[in-house]
Amino acid sequence: MDPGSAGGTFMSLSDTEQRCYSGLYALCQPDSSGIPAAGKVAELFRASQLPAETLHQVMEVCGAKRLGFFGCGQFYAALKLLAAAQAGLPVRLESIAGELPLPVFVGITNELDTRYANHLSTSESQPHTLGSVPASAPRPPTDRAVLRHPDTSMDKQEAWSPPRSPPSISPPRSPSAYRSLTYSAQRNGTDTLLAYDGKMPGRPSVPQENASPGHYSFKLQPEQPSITRVASVERLVERVEVDYSDDPWRITEEQREYYTNQFRSLQPDLNALIMGAVAKNFFTKSKLPIPELSHIWELSDVDKDGALTFPEFCTAFHLIVARKNGYLLPETLPASLRPGFQEPVVTAAPSEATQPLIVFDDNMMPGANQLEIGSVDLQVTSRPGVTTKQDTRDESRKPEISPKRVPEPHEKPMQRVSALKPDSPQELDANMKSRTRPRSYSSTSIDDAMKKVEEPPTPPPRPQKSHSRASSLDLNKLLQQGTPGAKSGWLPPPPALPPRPPATQIFSFLPGLEKSSQKAVQQPNFADFSRFREEQESGVRAGLSTEDLLPPKSDCSLVHQGHAPQKPMRRKLHPESQSATPPLTTPYSAATLTKPTQRPPPKQKREIQMAIRKNRETNAVLTRLNSELQQQLKVVHGERLTLETQLESMRPVAST
Amino acid sequence: MAVCIAVIAKENYPLYIRSVPTQGELKFHYTVHTSLDVVEEKISGVGKALADQRELYLGLLYPTEDYKVYGYVTNSKVKFVIVVDSSNTSLRDNEIRSMFRKLHNSFTDVMCNPFYNPGDPIQSKAFDGIVSAMMVQAS
Repeated sequence: MDPGSAGGTFMSLSDTEQRCYSGLYALCQPDSSGIPAAGKVAELFRASQLPAETLHQVMEVCGAKRLGFFGCGQFYAALKLLAAAQAGLPVRLESIAGELPLPVFVGITNELDTRYANHLSTSESQPHTLGSVPASAPRPPTDRAVLRHPDTSMDKQEAWSPPRSPPSISPPRSPSAYRSLTYSAQRNGTDTLLAYDGKMPGRPSVPQENASPGHYSFKLQPEQPSITRVASVERLVERVEVDYSDDPWRITEEQREYYTNQFRSLQPDLNALIMGAVAKNFFTKSKLPIPELSHIWELSDVDKDGALTFPEFCTAFHLIVARKNGYLLPETLPASLRPGFQEPVVTAAPSEATQPLIVFDDNMMPGANQLEIGSVDLQVTSRPGVTTKQDTRDESRKPEISPKRVPEPHEKPMQRVSALKPDSPQELDANMKSRTRPRSYSSTSIDDAMKKVEEPPTPPPRPQKSHSRASSLDLNKLLQQGTPGAKSGWLPPPPALPPRPPATQIFSFLPGLEKSSQKAVQQPNFADFSRFREEQESGVRAGLSTEDLLPPKSDCSLVHQGHAPQKPMRRKLHPESQSATPPLTTPYSAATLTKPTQRPPPKQKREIQMAIRKNRETNAVLTRLNSELQQQLKVVHGERLTLETQLESMRPVAST
Repeated sequence: MAVCIAVIAKENYPLYIRSVPTQGELKFHYTVHTSLDVVEEKISGVGKALADQRELYLGLLYPTEDYKVYGYVTNSKVKFVIVVDSSNTSLRDNEIRSMFRKLHNSFTDVMCNPFYNPGDPIQSKAFDGIVSAMMVQAS
């Protein structure tokens, strides 16, 4: 909306006109892009009680016909033209260049009356509202429509105040005023209200809205500084409007005080948190439906910790209050309610409130770029550890807020800086949330993943139970070399019997007991033979494994099978040994016989010779053993082959 | 991009189901229901291991010719099930994992809300937003 479309008449609008027009504009229920509803506009025009021709002329002149719709500028121009027409001037652009009375709209002003009263009730919360009563007098008499309002509004002010006493709702008169503002109080001459209207439907529309009324704000600015806590209704109203119309989501000082008291009632320490359950009970008292409370919680718990800090609490409270007064809850948290933003509003005292507010307007509207740039800078600088810093900043400012009632000039730069911050926290919150939130489940999943990675490499297969004393036989190897299909209880295949143990035993025995040792030595040998011969069929392998001379096998599986063959073997040993020993004893006896005859002269030679003979004999015995064993091996192999062929022959039967 | 996302409570009733082609919802409901069996099997398979040793991401539960079903279970036995179109082969395991992580994050946010009673259907708009972001753009 450029002023050019209406011939630059905007600059000449007076305060009252501005207010009136913006009220009417709001009355026409602009949609999100700021276009007044055509129906409402038509209604308004008809209410001006001008002839249809004049209305057509008005529409034509203001450019609406050209554009096809009533933009903001066109609307204002149209209003001016209507005023001119009502004043009897021709409908021309030139005629509205001068000062004109406000257009009168019959039938619509009544609505404006009531809403205006509602709006004025908001001024109650401002300390300067009292001044509004006497201030009604100086209003320009031509401002008829507006004049009516102060009177009625004053009455209604008192009427409004008692119902406002309920503690849970008393502070937010501003939101209620706000609501009336949306319905268009006439008073909202400030563009910020319009800006606010734009904000209500959605933030993106703000710049659009702000663009057109932008110049109004500029116009207002020179007036604002002159506004003090005084007297003229206009100024008071303007201030009120400025405070409110800035943003209904902005928390005023009084509200904040109230919230602080409420917070203290729940949690004395302002820096501490209110737990979720406590807050739930408290907010449930407001009697809002639970889904809405849930939504409010979602909006206000910015750090998602299930508890409310003081700013979060204020936000939540404010949202509840707003909702109670009829505003719809926004989808996302409004900027003014974001944690970083709340501080600057409160630090300014009333007289200065307008200035910084206006400053914000400036910054926000034309200076939106500055904000973005500033926020980018802030993001860059304050990114690390923002949320915590932000909280501490907020907390640190809170003690400053309450004592400070006198505005200081240096507050402004602080406010501007903090105004820049809301953009950064809002984006940083999202960023930080995703980054810095400690999530135990995520860590466990990572741990789980790591553990899983560690798990698959199963520990190396534990060595099977081995005989503690059977190392010489290497039964471990025997067992491991066993056929894969062999059961654990199945004895190993014929081992390569190390003849050494018998040999060592032979050696150990021989020097000691001769005959007995010989027999003992022979016995195991013979035992081997006997075992092999007599137990071929049943369990040759068992026999082979049990033939070891060493003491008991620790392997229980072998023991079971070992015992069985051992006993029969022992039994056999005797007859065998008895039969076997005679043939063997003879050479030994011969050997022994020779010994005593040779003793006297060279004992050493004899001993050596004896040893040699014994060695030879053992060699002979061992070779016999070897040959026997090989024969046994062959036999066993033959048996194995037969068994395997039997298996193969049986397989087709088994598979079917 | 998921075709259907479901959150199932510990007692195996749905807390939240959303699918993209809203006409074929019944089919997805059925799929999610049958996938619960697979989920149960997976989480009960770890016999002696404690819950914290169990991996939260269950992976591909089972594929059908049209779509694949992925599962994720939290330590409180709340299950997330994502149904993905089979034709969307570009989806990697990591992406599915990140989707589950986001789901879990926003689910935790919902839980943190004191006004949410565990066991109620999830009506959080923030959760809806996150789920919508993960769903296939409705054609």
